[in-house]
Amino acid sequence: MNLADVKRVLGAEVLCGSDKLDTTVSAVCASDLMSDVLAYGFERSLVLTGLVNEQVIHSAEMIDAAAVVFVRGKFRQVGGRVVEIAEERGIPVLVTSRFMFDSCGLLYAAGLRSCAGCGAGHA
Amino acid sequence: MPEPLVLEFQVTGMDFRTAGEGSSRLKRTLREIGLDPVTTRRCAVCAYEAEMNIVIHAWRGTVRACITPETVEIVSNDEGPGIPDIELAMKEGYSTAPAHIREMGFGAGMGLANMNKCSDEMKIESVVGKGTCVRMTIGIPKDSQRP
Repeated sequence: MNLADVKRVLGAEVLCGSDKLDTTVSAVCASDLMSDVLAYGFERSLVLTGLVNEQVIHSAEMIDAAAVVFVRGKFRQVGGRVVEIAEERGIPVLVTSRFMFDSCGLLYAAGLRSCAGCGAGHA
Repeated sequence: MPEPLVLEFQVTGMDFRTAGEGSSRLKRTLREIGLDPVTTRRCAVCAYEAEMNIVIHAWRGTVRACITPETVEIVSNDEGPGIPDIELAMKEGYSTAPAHIREMGFGAGMGLANMNKCSDEMKIESVVGKGTCVRMTIGIPKDSQRP
């Protein structure tokens, strides 16, 4: 499954990185805790979060994430420098109006799985 | 024996605006010098958690990476309140971070545990009221591209 499929499944809007939609997604890391993303995320993980700040982009960058997806349309309420930093770092950002639980369910049904047991600390 | 490559950046306590930028630069440099992606990620997570720990808990500090063909050593040195009980601080889920830090996605008590998991060796020295030094060593696999 690639980012274009993720966009379609979640009915998401691409805020940056539209040139990278052919990137294959390896697994999903759904969390509002960035330390969990850092502990379990790995190369080409999809970071799903309801947290909107610069640290989400930094965390995604550290694990070589495929993209960040902001759920429940939160990005539209917060915004800020997040997309600017993501563009600089080459991290695609998507936003979906769907809730976290529904987003996870849809991606699971489409074949994606969690990044449990993987991550930099499990190398 | 080649001279080790040393990279260092400064971190300021409570400066969330630039938090993460030092580790981001470090990570890009490690990739540029040809370190393999897995080792680079392990180093990046160690450096970033260390950087965030200084931002959240300390007044100021430095994160320094020393790269040789065999290892990357990351040393975080801060002036801050120190850690009274290191064993307790190492436990997953234990944190002294206030609510506003938790709302930012940090302070969940996973930082030191993550640093320990991502490094092959970690040593913490701390003096209450003075500061903390965390020394992490990450081995570079023999089949990895050498920096």
